[in-house]
Amino acid sequence: MNRIVVGAHYGLRDWLAQRITAVVMAVYTVIVVVALMAQRPSDFAAWKAWFSQGWFKFATFLFVASILYHAWVGVRDVIMDYIKSAATRLFLEVVVILALVGYAGWALQILWRA
Amino acid sequence: MAELPAKNKYHPPWYNLDLRNLPLPALVSIFHRASGLLIFLLLFWLLWVLDLSLASPEGFAKMQGIVSHWFAKLVFLALIWAYMHHFCAGIRYLFLDIHKGIDLPTARATSGWVFGVSIVLTVLVAWRVLL
Repeated sequence: MNRIVVGAHYGLRDWLAQRITAVVMAVYTVIVVVALMAQRPSDFAAWKAWFSQGWFKFATFLFVASILYHAWVGVRDVIMDYIKSAATRLFLEVVVILALVGYAGWALQILWRA
Repeated sequence: MAELPAKNKYHPPWYNLDLRNLPLPALVSIFHRASGLLIFLLLFWLLWVLDLSLASPEGFAKMQGIVSHWFAKLVFLALIWAYMHHFCAGIRYLFLDIHKGIDLPTARATSGWVFGVSIVLTVLVAWRVLL
């Protein structure tokens, strides 16, 4: 068996996760784009009021969590397609994971501070 | 995914990957990849702008200053197009996954729709957000 550490032996789960996160983001995008286009917040108070609504924090966090998982699956596919050396692959994949996990914490902080 | 005949031993000696030579579904595919990568690479900047805009009234004003710069507008325009293309192409892929629209004429037609609809959506959103 080919036991390369950076191979995709979790294919079906991530394939499905990529689609589920895509649907979550698509629904969020339609709702938020329509809502923001209809009532564009023009100053800080209006902008902040948008983000202080509980449902909006919750929905936005689901969106962020989805985009991060979705990005992981997609970027890993790109890395696997173009980077042949296992060492470089592992390095890039670790950099991407660390960045995405960091973004998740940063997004949480932005959303619940607002 | 379309299945190749099992005994297809013919391989072209080289592939012409010039963008002008690719069929529409292949263009949708490579743009889907490129747009996704662009969004990923801009995530840091997007979070930074969002953080700034929600931090304080001064931060909000600073964000407005940054976002109204012509180069930032250009980046946002590229980002909106990338998002809309990725969105439309992604919906097409979800239908392909459930075996809808996989025959060649339909696949070509829906590829054209992906490009057309995403450009219209980009113009609409950019007009509302960037002007």
